[in-house]
Amino acid sequence: MNSHTENDPCCGGQSRRSFLKRSTATAAILAAPPVLVRAAEKKLDEQGAEYFEKLPLKIEVNGKPFSLSVEPRVTLLDLLREQLHLTGTKKGCDYGQCGACTVHVDGQRVLSCLSLAGMQDGKKITTIEGLASGDDLHPLQEAFIRHDGFQCGYCTPGQIMSAVACIKEGHAGSDAEIREYMSGNICRCGAYPNIVDAIREVAQKGGVK
Amino acid sequence: MDNFFDLNIPFAEIDRVDGKAKVTGKADYVAEHDLPNLTYGVLVGSTIANGTVTAIDTKSAERAPGVLAVITHLNAPKVPGYEEGENPAKGRTGGGGLKIFNDNRIRFNGQPIALVVADTFERATYAASLIKAQYNKEAPHTSLADAIKNDKPIEGDNYKEAVRGEKDAWKTAPVKVEGTYIMPIQVHNPMELHATIARWDGDDKVTVWEKTQGVVSTQQSIANAFKLEQKNVQVYAPYVGGGFGSALRTWPHAIAAVMAAKKLGRPVKLVLTRPQMFMLVGYRPEAIQHISIGATPDGKIVGMRHDAYAVTSNYENFNEGLVAQTKQLYACANLATKYNIYPMNLSTPTWMRGPGEATGSFPLECALDELSYALNLDPIELRKRNYAETDPENGKPYSSKFLREAYDLGAEKFGWKGRKPQPRSMEEDGWLVGYGMSSGMFGAFRGEGRVRLKFSGDGMLTIQSAVSDSGPGTATAMTRIASDAMGLPVNKVNFELGNSAFPPGPTQGGSSTTSTLGTTVSMACDSLKKKLVELLKTQESEIALADVQFAQGEMRLKNGKSISYTDALKAANLPSIELTESSGRNPEMQKYSAYSYSVHFVRVKVHPLTGVVRIDKVVSAGDAGRIISEKTAASQMKGGAVGGIGGALMEEGVIDHRYGRWVNNNFADYHVPVHADVPDVEVVFVNKPDPVLNPNGSKGMGEIALIGFAAAVANAVYHATGKRIRELPITPDKVLL
Ligand code: FES
Ligand code: FES
Repeated sequence: MNSHTENDPCCGGQSRRSFLKRSTATAAILAAPPVLVRAAEKKLDEQGAEYFEKLPLKIEVNGKPFSLSVEPRVTLLDLLREQLHLTGTKKGCDYGQCGACTVHVDGQRVLSCLSLAGMQDGKKITTIEGLASGDDLHPLQEAFIRHDGFQCGYCTPGQIMSAVACIKEGHAGSDAEIREYMSGNICRCGAYPNIVDAIREVAQKGGVK
Repeated sequence: MDNFFDLNIPFAEIDRVDGKAKVTGKADYVAEHDLPNLTYGVLVGSTIANGTVTAIDTKSAERAPGVLAVITHLNAPKVPGYEEGENPAKGRTGGGGLKIFNDNRIRFNGQPIALVVADTFERATYAASLIKAQYNKEAPHTSLADAIKNDKPIEGDNYKEAVRGEKDAWKTAPVKVEGTYIMPIQVHNPMELHATIARWDGDDKVTVWEKTQGVVSTQQSIANAFKLEQKNVQVYAPYVGGGFGSALRTWPHAIAAVMAAKKLGRPVKLVLTRPQMFMLVGYRPEAIQHISIGATPDGKIVGMRHDAYAVTSNYENFNEGLVAQTKQLYACANLATKYNIYPMNLSTPTWMRGPGEATGSFPLECALDELSYALNLDPIELRKRNYAETDPENGKPYSSKFLREAYDLGAEKFGWKGRKPQPRSMEEDGWLVGYGMSSGMFGAFRGEGRVRLKFSGDGMLTIQSAVSDSGPGTATAMTRIASDAMGLPVNKVNFELGNSAFPPGPTQGGSSTTSTLGTTVSMACDSLKKKLVELLKTQESEIALADVQFAQGEMRLKNGKSISYTDALKAANLPSIELTESSGRNPEMQKYSAYSYSVHFVRVKVHPLTGVVRIDKVVSAGDAGRIISEKTAASQMKGGAVGGIGGALMEEGVIDHRYGRWVNNNFADYHVPVHADVPDVEVVFVNKPDPVLNPNGSKGMGEIALIGFAAAVANAVYHATGKRIRELPITPDKVLL
């Protein structure tokens, strides 16, 4: 939770920026850009910080290049959802505990809520929106429909992105192996048996693009 | 009511109609709507569970970049509906009981004390971390065990002792079992975080995207809270990422979002965090229950007593049917039940899948199992010997009851014969093996529904209703019904939902949506057929509806002629036929009692050294009437079993009673089943129509899928180990000790 009482041990009520302000006034004064020092003195530190705190970022998402400028604290998940409006990737926890936000970064499955956007410079990202080619669904997307591998559908993009990787990694040799290597993706609707059916079928056909 | 169709013809299986949207990422859940000028709200929760806020410092947050507003009880705009009625428990206003930012009183840990709104999510989150509050703390009360010892339960009609026959009959029976059973708080935790987007369109109109199981009830709640005309509140809920009950109410955070959007004159998006999902949108209340059963040596139950104690908040009484199943499931002339609730420094609980029955079935079905061992009787045989042929409460016949068939079908599929009766007698690869079963029941209902139907010249049939679908597949079931009724291919039927501008549909809860709305859709199709036949009358004289066959998009007449629906429209010069239809309860039903039933079979493996319990095999058998959509119905049953595995083996909301604070409000600490916890789950339906409840012969399914499941696991663990575990979840420490 975000609330802090007066005796909260974690932050002591001191903000990152008030720390910046204090440090500009003392030892760090020589290292800090003069404009920032002046800004801090005029209590414009927050706005000044805003200017300096954006990172340039070049990434490719689903084959499309993007040239962006992001705050360092923006996660890949929020970048996708809030700035690029690719909302197929879901937020189920924001703490790396549920798998709903699974995407591929350079072909590897990754939890986008635990990945800072700024660290993806030069990387190729694939999201659920980039899996089908036009109207041709990926074999796993088709298998999920056929086996009813979902109910509400909220965990589904993460399940499918994970499943594609699970097969590619060679971790779909048996039901037990599929279950083990898919255990990072929670489905609260409980579609697990059907998801395993879908993955097994595609894995056995060797059908991953 | 007449049945429109031959109820014995099964429905053909279809894929989920929104499947493609769901596998491609196109399904748009609440938080995914982009609006111009959108702002982001983040809630700050109290760090105490009981007391008052004495000071709140919002200055640093207000100065942080991008922050547009900080709302607290000190500056919150008035919610006009909050003025009415002194007690929010009366539920007269929308906000779900707790009047958010209305005063400085803290009633539970995590209660919102501030809402920070900024231009980005990150800035709002950061600024929220700068809010500092000071409190006057009072001792928190969150322990049910302490409350039972020290306090008096809430009084009222709901909490009076109910007696049937002789109250103490169980005491003098020759064979007796007794036990106290504990079930901790469980939390719905749908995968989609609860979210609201609110946008005011002028002073008296608001548009809300809301995660809700009840589009119309959300519309009413917001209209009541802000004193708006109901039609001036537009609610959208096109996709709902699970609910299991958590989205049955309009919670305070939704009111906060609407309030903030008004104050700012800009749309506000407010998404709860996962930890907030444990504290602000309800949970299954902790319950301690004592049950006693007395029987004859040949297994006839003579008498029962069931006392249930559960928690509620200190601002609303939350009631559910903990003792309902005990009153209903078995023929037993003598019975006493008492339901008690205690007000706590907790937020208000809410119905969670299988609501009270899921809680109450745990002691009941474990006690039946215990009794079967005491009598040396097969647990299924014991249940059959006490089979209720009529409603034990009022003697009414059942509209349909195929529980006996469900016992047999399930036992057959599961291989129940393979069970050796003695506990701790089966082993495999060094693991103890146990078989367990239980049964569950839940009322079968039908409420009021309304739909708009349009059949267009291009052959498309569109049906609209203001319902939402949190996952079971409402649009799929309705499509199935309409396509079947009209003899149209599935891809020519389009069922639209999630929009309050559509005719009012029911709230998706209590396993009643398919029964309720399926009736309306059937009736609407029947009206459409009548209109189509009327069109023919200009060409052919004297055609009775009964003489026309509706198949493959055409009307087939007795004289061998046929005409397609679209040609009939063309000939009559009509672009389309539109109609609205409504349906309600079936008055016939007053003569009957109506329930759905489930029987769960579980095979467990218990590791004797570590106490680890693995679920090895599951069969769930259901009497849910005629099955409308086989595939989605099976998924719903499987989902219930998975939820049941969670409740039986891992789910436990832990609160530190010294501070009244949540200890494990996240998925790393509150465990839910993952792939590796769940074996293949097999489902079998009796699939026989209920001839009275509704024209489609369906009954409900969402609740029975889970009700009783925890007991089946506990019973299997007993069979494997000889140890009766009466406290959930069944974790290794309890198995070992
Ligand atoms: S949202 Fe990333 S793991 Fe849950
Ligand atoms: S389909 Fe609803 S959470 Fe998986």
